[in-house]
Amino acid sequence: MATKRTVDVALSTTGLDPQGRPQRVPLVTDESGNVTTMVAPPALEPELEGEHMLINLGPQHPATHGVLRLVLELDGETVVRCIPHVGYLHCGFEKIGEYRQYNQIIPWTDREDYLNSPGNNVAFALGAERLFGIEVTERCKVLRVIALEMSRIISHLVWLGTTCIDIGAFTPFLWSFQERENIYNLLEGWCGARLTTSLTRVGGMIADVPDGWVDGLKGFLQTFPKTIAEVDRMVTRNGIWVGRTIGIGALSATEAINYGLSGPMVRASGVAYDVRKDFPYLDYETYDFDVPIGTTGDVYDRFLVRMEELRQSVRILEQAVARLPDGPLNIDDPRIILPSKTKATTEMESMIHHFKVVMEGPRPPIGESYVVVESPKGEKGYYMVSDGTSKPVRWRIRPPSFVNLSAIPKMVEGHLLSDVIAINASIDIVMGEIDR
Amino acid sequence: MNPSADRIRAKFPAAFVRADVVWGETTVFVKPEHVFDVIQYLHDDPNEQYAYLSDVTAVEYRDLEQPLEVVWHLRSITFPAFIRIKAQMQKDKPLRVKSVWPIYKGADWLERECYDMFGIEFEGHPDLRRILMWEQYKEGFPLRKDFPLRGRFSRAEQLRQALAANPEARYSMEELQIADAFEDLPSDMRRRLLGGEETGE
Amino acid sequence: MGLAARPEHKVVSYAPESQEGWVTSRLDFLVNWARAGSLWPMPFGTACCAIEFMATAASRFDLSRFGMERMSFSPRQADVLICAGRVPFKLAPVIRRIWQQMPQPKWCISMGACASSGGMFDNYAVVQGIDTIIPVDVYVPGCPPRPEGLLYGIMMLQKKVMNERMSDQSIRNEMEPDPNSKLYIPPPVIDELSEPFGNSVHQTRSGL
Repeated sequence: MATKRTVDVALSTTGLDPQGRPQRVPLVTDESGNVTTMVAPPALEPELEGEHMLINLGPQHPATHGVLRLVLELDGETVVRCIPHVGYLHCGFEKIGEYRQYNQIIPWTDREDYLNSPGNNVAFALGAERLFGIEVTERCKVLRVIALEMSRIISHLVWLGTTCIDIGAFTPFLWSFQERENIYNLLEGWCGARLTTSLTRVGGMIADVPDGWVDGLKGFLQTFPKTIAEVDRMVTRNGIWVGRTIGIGALSATEAINYGLSGPMVRASGVAYDVRKDFPYLDYETYDFDVPIGTTGDVYDRFLVRMEELRQSVRILEQAVARLPDGPLNIDDPRIILPSKTKATTEMESMIHHFKVVMEGPRPPIGESYVVVESPKGEKGYYMVSDGTSKPVRWRIRPPSFVNLSAIPKMVEGHLLSDVIAINASIDIVMGEIDR
Repeated sequence: MNPSADRIRAKFPAAFVRADVVWGETTVFVKPEHVFDVIQYLHDDPNEQYAYLSDVTAVEYRDLEQPLEVVWHLRSITFPAFIRIKAQMQKDKPLRVKSVWPIYKGADWLERECYDMFGIEFEGHPDLRRILMWEQYKEGFPLRKDFPLRGRFSRAEQLRQALAANPEARYSMEELQIADAFEDLPSDMRRRLLGGEETGE
Repeated sequence: MGLAARPEHKVVSYAPESQEGWVTSRLDFLVNWARAGSLWPMPFGTACCAIEFMATAASRFDLSRFGMERMSFSPRQADVLICAGRVPFKLAPVIRRIWQQMPQPKWCISMGACASSGGMFDNYAVVQGIDTIIPVDVYVPGCPPRPEGLLYGIMMLQKKVMNERMSDQSIRNEMEPDPNSKLYIPPPVIDELSEPFGNSVHQTRSGL
C-alpha cells in the first residue's frame, strides 16, 4: 500500500491525553479513501532496566541555537530530567548601559537580540521617549511599525530555517535565508547596515527612507507570500514533520502563564496574549490584523502560529506602507535630537545644541519607565531608571527567551532525545538576549 | 493610578509605604517582609488576577545612601492591568527577601539572575545559585555600583581564573549524584569532590 | 689526509625553499591546494557574527564554492575554527578545549570585532580577543563583517595555507605559551606593568 507523503491533522474525538489536554493525532488517507490514524511506534520493552545516563548537550552544539548547555539525565533515550545552564554569552549589557548615554545605548540593543535588531531599537526608543515624556511624529510611528514588522519577519525566517534544519529539512533554510537577503537589502538601503541597524534615536529615526525604498518594500511584499506558501506546501502536512512535532513539548495555558512565557509560546498554548492587542503602542489598535492562537501548545502548534504570524506581518506591512504620511520625521526639540546639518552649520544656536546632544546627551527628568513591545520571541521589556543625568541609573532588559527557556525542563520530561532538539528549536531562543 | 494600589493600601496597611504614578505607571512601595503576602494577594484575588509575572529585578542608585530597591513587575491579562511593586532594602543589613517562586514558577531564573548580579538572597528559592557567571566567580556581584565596569581583577587574572574554572568537573554535585556517575569519575576527581571542592561551571 | 670535521661549525640558516627539490615543491603545492580547497570549518558561532556566517553559507554568498559547505560541528573533523561572535570569560575554557581537540593541521579565523579584540564589550565579562586563548591566523574586522569581508578573510587564509612548506616543521606545533621564552610575560608581571594604565581598579575615567 503506497503511503501518502502528506498527512492531515485532526483533534481526536477520544479527547484528552494524560495531562488533560485535547489530543491531536495525524490522520492518513489511503488510496481507497479510508482515514486512519498514524500508527505510533511500539513502546520499548518495560522489562529492560539500567542506569540513567548523564549527557551533556552543548555549550557548543549545532542545534542548540547558540551557546546553551543542557545536561540531560537519560533513561535509554527518554529524558528523565533536564538541567539547563546559561550564561555562556553573558557580556555585561546592563552594566555597560549605566555608562552610556541614551543614544549610545541604541547600538547595544542591536547586539542583544541580534535577530530582531530593528525591533529592539524601536522598543528602546519607545522606553526612552516615555522617560522623556515626548511623542514622536506620525511618520516616525509608521516607519517604526514597518521596522518592527520587518524584524518580525526576519526573526521568524531564521527560526523557520533553523528549526527545519534541526528536524532534518535542509531546503527551507536556504529559502528563508534568501528571503532574508531581500530584507537585508532594504535595511541596508535605509541605514547602511544589514544586521545591526541602530535605526532609531530618541525622538526619531536615524534617517528617512531613501527614494524608491517603499517600492522595494512593496515588491518584497508581492514575492514573499509565495515563499511562505512554498514552505507551507513542503512542510506543514509532511508526514515526517507532523510525526516529529505533534504532541511534543506541550504546555497547558495555566502552566504557560505561570512560567511567564510570552509570544508564540504562550499563544500556541491557547492564551490570547499579544502585547500589540492588549497593551498597544505605536497606534497598533488602528491596524487590522489577527493574532493566531493555538490549542495544545505543542511544537506543531508553535510552528503554525509563527507561520501565520508571518502572513499577518505581511498584512500589517501592506497597511503601513499604504498609510505612510509625509511630514517631519524627527521631533522638533533640539535638546533631545540632533538638528539638521544645514541648521547646525549655519546657526549658532543649533551648533550649540548639536554639541550638547553629542557630547553630553539628552537628559530626561528623574523617573522610570517600563515599556513592553511584542518582539518575535515574546514580551520584550526595557526598564529604565533615570536620575536626571544623561546616562541611565539602571537599564534592565526583560528578555522573553530567558523566561521562555526556563520552562524547558518541564517541557522535555518524558520525551526522547531527538524531541529535545525539536522543543529547543520551537522555543525560538536567542542566547544574546538570554545571557545579555 | 491603578486601583489595585488603593486596594493594597486598604488590605495591607502595615506593609504599604506609598504609591507613585510616574509616566502613567503605578509603583507601590511595600515593606520587604510583606512583599510575599502582597504578591500572593495580587495573584489570587479575583478582582486583581495578576497571573503574569513580567520581571523581577533590582535597582541600585548612584547615590550610595539611597536604599537598594527590588522590583517586581506584574501584569494582569484578564483585565488588562500592570503594576510595579518595589521593596527598599537598606544596604547595611543583609539583602534578603522571600522568593515568589511558590506563586510564579517563572520567578525561578529571574531571581537567580537577581542574586547573581546583585547578591540579593531569595529565601525559599529551590536552587539559588549563579546563573550568568560561573559558580566560583570570585569578583563579586557585577551590577552593584561599587563593582567597576571592567571588573576588580586585572585582565590577566580574570583570564586565568576563567580558564581555571575546572573544565573537567563541569557537572554540579547535584547532577553527578542523580546520575549515579560518581563511580565512573577518575579517582583524583572523586577525592577532590569528597574533600568538599565545589564543582560547577 | 682529508678534511677533518670541524665541530664548531653549525648550520645556522635554514631556508625551507632552498632545501626543496622539484618533487617536494610539487608535493607541497598538491597538499596545500587540497587543504586550501576544502577547509572544513568548525563554526564556533556565538552571537551576531554567527548569523552573518550562516548568511555567508546560504545561497547568496555561497561558502560551498570554497569547499567549506561541510560544517563540522565536531572539532575532531574540522580544519579551521571560525570564532564568530563575542566570547565571554565563561566560554573561554570551552573554546580552549575545543581548540585542543582539533587535530593538526588546523587554523583559526577570528571573525568580527568581538572575537578579535573584545569589540565594543570592554567590560568585566568578555575576553578581550580570543588570541589571548588560542592562536589566530586571520582576523576579520567588522561588527558584524559583511559576508564579502568574511570571504576575503577566508581567501587570505587560503593564501596562507598555499604558502606553507612541509619541510618547515615548526608550523604544525601545538602552540602553548612557553614559560622559558623571552616573549612570555607571567601574569603577575603583566599586572605590575599595566597598573598605571590598568583596565579596572585604577582607571578612574568611569564616564566611559
